[in-house]
Amino acid sequence: MSSTPTSYQPPTKVGRIAEFVDQRTGLSSVTREFGRKVFPDHWSFMFGEVALYSFVILLLSGTFLTFFFNPSMAETTYQGAYVPLRGMDMSVAYQSSLHISFEIRGGLFMRQLHHWAALLFVAAMSVHMLRVFFTGAFRKPREMNWVIGGVLLILGMAAGFTGYSLPDDLLSGNGLRIIDGVVMAIPVIGTWISMFLFGGEFPGTAIVGRLYVLHILLIPAMILGLVALHLIFVVVHKHTQYPGPGRNDRNVVGYPLGPVYAAKAGGFFFIVFGVLAAMAAAFTINPIWNYGPYDPSPVSAGTQPDWYIGWVDGALRLMPGVIGDIGGYRQHFEFMIFNQTLSLNILLPALVPAGIVFTVLFIYPWLERWITKDNREHHVLDRPRNAPTRTAIGMAGFTFYCVMWAAASSDLIATHFHVSLNDVTYWLRALFFVGPIIAFTVTKRIALGLQRKDREIALHGRETGRIVRLPHGEFIEVHAPVDEYKRYRLVAFESPLPLPAQPNAKGVVDRRERRRAKLSKWFFEDRVAPVSPAELEAAHAHGHHEAIESAPAGSGH
Amino acid sequence: MKSLSQKRRHPLAVVALLVMGLLLTGALYSVASSANKAKADTGFSAADVTAGQKLFVANCATCHGMGAQGSPAAPSLVGVGAAAVDFQVGTGRMPMAANGPQAEQKPAQFNDTQTRQLAAYVASLGAGPSLPDPAMTDGQGDATHGGELFRVNCAMCHNAAAAGGALTRGKFAPPLAGVTAQHIYEAMETGPQNMPVFSDANISPEGKRDIITYLQTIEKQGSPGGAELGGLGPVSEGLFMWVAGLGVIIAFTIWLTSRTS
Repeated sequence: MSSTPTSYQPPTKVGRIAEFVDQRTGLSSVTREFGRKVFPDHWSFMFGEVALYSFVILLLSGTFLTFFFNPSMAETTYQGAYVPLRGMDMSVAYQSSLHISFEIRGGLFMRQLHHWAALLFVAAMSVHMLRVFFTGAFRKPREMNWVIGGVLLILGMAAGFTGYSLPDDLLSGNGLRIIDGVVMAIPVIGTWISMFLFGGEFPGTAIVGRLYVLHILLIPAMILGLVALHLIFVVVHKHTQYPGPGRNDRNVVGYPLGPVYAAKAGGFFFIVFGVLAAMAAAFTINPIWNYGPYDPSPVSAGTQPDWYIGWVDGALRLMPGVIGDIGGYRQHFEFMIFNQTLSLNILLPALVPAGIVFTVLFIYPWLERWITKDNREHHVLDRPRNAPTRTAIGMAGFTFYCVMWAAASSDLIATHFHVSLNDVTYWLRALFFVGPIIAFTVTKRIALGLQRKDREIALHGRETGRIVRLPHGEFIEVHAPVDEYKRYRLVAFESPLPLPAQPNAKGVVDRRERRRAKLSKWFFEDRVAPVSPAELEAAHAHGHHEAIESAPAGSGH
Repeated sequence: MKSLSQKRRHPLAVVALLVMGLLLTGALYSVASSANKAKADTGFSAADVTAGQKLFVANCATCHGMGAQGSPAAPSLVGVGAAAVDFQVGTGRMPMAANGPQAEQKPAQFNDTQTRQLAAYVASLGAGPSLPDPAMTDGQGDATHGGELFRVNCAMCHNAAAAGGALTRGKFAPPLAGVTAQHIYEAMETGPQNMPVFSDANISPEGKRDIITYLQTIEKQGSPGGAELGGLGPVSEGLFMWVAGLGVIIAFTIWLTSRTS
């Protein structure tokens, strides 16, 4: 880059090396550009980083495991160190997993590190997505990056599930059997897909090898590619920031990448690594030796998938097998149609809730943009309370997910809280339908309540708890005014009014537009207007309610 | 004998022969095989039986009836054998504190002698499973075979790591850590509460010994991978990651982004 022949000679050896590298790579201009990138500071912005670091740890520990794992379903007799399994017939895959656990130096640590990192990877991605949703960071221009994130979440779950199935122990085999059941429930082609997937009748001798290729090659490569794209978009869009004095949609307030963030982020990698290593060293995860080799006949109590697949398992557990007694006959959710079995009792819970969650997740940015007709770029985040309907929708979805998630541990809820398993199932079935509605209503009311509280504080200051008796006998509580910086946060937000139906180019209000207007009303009708300068002025000048109420209210924009 | 030989071509001769053959095989089998044989316990003295009857009348007869013949509140104990009594009373499940989905374990109300006397009395009422042979509860069997039997027969309720599990309507299979070998053997033999009976024809005494050996082995060895989080599988692991793992990480993120102001 700096091709102009300069007479500059660095005086030190390090300088000469740096100059040599720079003249050939042009790295200094990249560093100059990149190092000045400003990132805002907030703890909730770091979950994406946690996910990224977990992924790096997964690659490192996973590579170690590939050195010793043998994805073969050939049969062998165990002769290793673990006494309660010695002499047992098992697959080579399970035997090599036991070998890693008991004979390879550091093998068990690496296995546990890999597994704990996988749990954290998906957990960090989920929390990151929740943060992005509730703060409105998915809005223009970041809709596509939101979709990439959603795909990454699905890939993370796929990576986790394929890995969970590799050791060929009883637990993973039971998990695969459930997947096989779901696949076979697909009408008409299900059985063929199952045969294709397993290379014959379940479990066959092919599945571990196939999952291994997906687990160590295809899925990680896709994740890596999408992570790169995701990060490029972050650089292109710049990072979002929370509202605050001096922050707007045209700037980013924070520290530059170099040196502050480079040091913080680099150090944070080692913190995440350290936390995971401590967990791997001190806490058992997936004790495959307990479960024994896979054998299609036994199914252990307490058989669950890892947490991120739990909600799908929970949906299966919630689904009743029978509709009930109708017309004196017991009606099942399984039907024979044209000599084909239609197993709705498996098909519905396995595909429909997950389908709803991911469809809404992927289209939500476009849905909200259509309802609000808001086509502006947003780089300043919403505080969740300032977008009550969105926050309520998010909590409804979150509750829907959590009900299914809880259902996956229904048996443990029953034993540990000494309640009937049947009752747990009945309650969760009811909550499956009612829970999201309750969550929506309660969340919206809480958000509006918090907004009113913000308004109150902005106008009248913070309650000090100090009660003063006035000379004429009246008691008042002394309110301390908030400082300007804090007040800015309380008053600087948008509270749009419902947007009525607009005529299109032909001057016609079509049915689609009327539907949009209805949704807009639903979205924005309950609102608390931000404090307007006039109201603030009135409050400060007089300190009386009458004065504030007579002042012009917030316009909304 | 002449008349008999003349009738050898009678149409019913084949049937008669078949019946005789079957009777003979059955008789021989029942002599040769001891499986499924209910036998009265002979190891108890008459004094044990008398003392046991007194204890029974004072503590158990309210529900089980004066002659242990049962009542609407509780089943008959005739023929349940000494093993059932030793398990139910020895683990504190009987006398029952309250009616519920199943009898809960609690500190034993009777000492070993009293439990033995009660067992002697109930065993005297009718033949049933006797107290196990100490050689079968010594924990010196084949742990690998026991593990296989455990996974096939027991793990679906008691969990592969013997951590227990839920059954329907408030019933449950308890965790097996800390249960004595004799009680495990008796449970398999008598099927207490909601547990099925694993008779000697289903799992041989040697098989039961192997299962006991397996359970003792996994209990003794501890957890090779560190704290086992209850041995409950992926749910406790996921919960631990969300609460402890993510909690610590969040604490660090707050520390990293805090400013000294």
